[in-house]
Amino acid sequence: MKTISQIDEALATWKAPADLGQGAEELLSFAEQVLENWLIAKGKKPTLIKSEGFRLLGLHRQGAKGDPSFNACRETCREAIYNYNLICENPRAENAATNIVKLRRIVQHIALFIGGKMQVTGLGEFCCASKPIRLLEV
Amino acid sequence: MTNKNYETVAYYPGCALEGSGQPYNRSTKEVGKALGLKLEEVKNWNCCGAMEVKNIDPEIQTYLSSRVMSIAAHEMGHKAVMAPCNGCYHNLKKAEYDLSHKENSRAVTKRLSEKAGHQTYEAGQIETIHALDWIKDTIGEDGLKARVKNNLKGLKVANYYGCMYTRPRNIFPEKDQGPGSESTSNPHFMDDLLAASGAHNVDFALKTACCGGAHTLSDSDTSTLLVSNILQAAEEAGAEVIATECPTCHSGLEMHQIRAEKKFGTKSNVKIVYFTQLIGLALGLSGRKVGIHENISNSTTLLRSKGFK
Repeated sequence: MKTISQIDEALATWKAPADLGQGAEELLSFAEQVLENWLIAKGKKPTLIKSEGFRLLGLHRQGAKGDPSFNACRETCREAIYNYNLICENPRAENAATNIVKLRRIVQHIALFIGGKMQVTGLGEFCCASKPIRLLEV
Repeated sequence: MTNKNYETVAYYPGCALEGSGQPYNRSTKEVGKALGLKLEEVKNWNCCGAMEVKNIDPEIQTYLSSRVMSIAAHEMGHKAVMAPCNGCYHNLKKAEYDLSHKENSRAVTKRLSEKAGHQTYEAGQIETIHALDWIKDTIGEDGLKARVKNNLKGLKVANYYGCMYTRPRNIFPEKDQGPGSESTSNPHFMDDLLAASGAHNVDFALKTACCGGAHTLSDSDTSTLLVSNILQAAEEAGAEVIATECPTCHSGLEMHQIRAEKKFGTKSNVKIVYFTQLIGLALGLSGRKVGIHENISNSTTLLRSKGFK
């Protein structure tokens, strides 16, 4: 598993391979690894269980469990899966090259958002899970 | 005309539109005038509770938002209150939801309303709408098309809705109701209105992604990187302009665009403009009238090159 910094670096220079389906798999794997990092930082063992057919959403569900969720990052994970599906359904389709550029940006957003949470404890929690940063001081 | 009619509504600008979001305030009012829609500002309105109050005590936020709705409904007799700011819109919707579902919210709101000396707001006494609903439902795309005097001439636009306009889904029961309603997973009202005004909407993946607005002070670098990703995604999609419908998102995009270049050397040329400013231009209003000159992001040269004055 890569660290979030390593994923950030990999995404910054990432170029789509000739097989766009393979590229989509790689990007989805990056997104999963970001959430794995997040879960490990929360003291949890990342699940292998899928939610709505995808481990990425299973991981998000595991991390957000118990929090009243605003779900900004869940929706971003869903957006990633939507583009992943579009690419994998037909990697040779005319718009697959555009979709993989979009997928890279979305995965980068997940890395930034979740990575931000890990730099500052609680960062993002009140946004994605309505959990006040202030509570940490109580 | 569509099936809903918001020709006259209570107008709740909120704090941001009197400060950094002034061009949004100006352009919303001017577009209203040009479309023959009447805005009656909520008398003696207060802060909706924003993020700050909500984080400390969500019940106080519910009360603060309920007071705005109480004045609009009971003292002004309106059936709808229009909030152009995503934060205000979200908070009024959240208060409506809490008052419908939570006994404690009702009790706190009643106690504070009595103490403050105004009628207690009860769920369902007024409808909260966004500026997008206001134009889309009252004028509609056909109505707008018929009023366009200076169409946007294929201006390439990435429509950025931000996160609070559609999330969490449960506080927006009117959305996801099939054809004609707004979608929480793929919002399109702004796309529809700008397409009717002659714009070319690009396929933009991050239309509801987090801009880091709430973290801009606690972690400016993360906010800058999030915004930078949004700006680059818009440029990759071919956008000349990002259209916004929230003053916090708008300011965040503008300011972090500058910071991204200074701090990280990431330059982007895409311009940030309120959707009401673009509609105003399409309706034949001047750039000055809709406050283009008040934006931090300088879109004057681009818009002049497209024939707008």
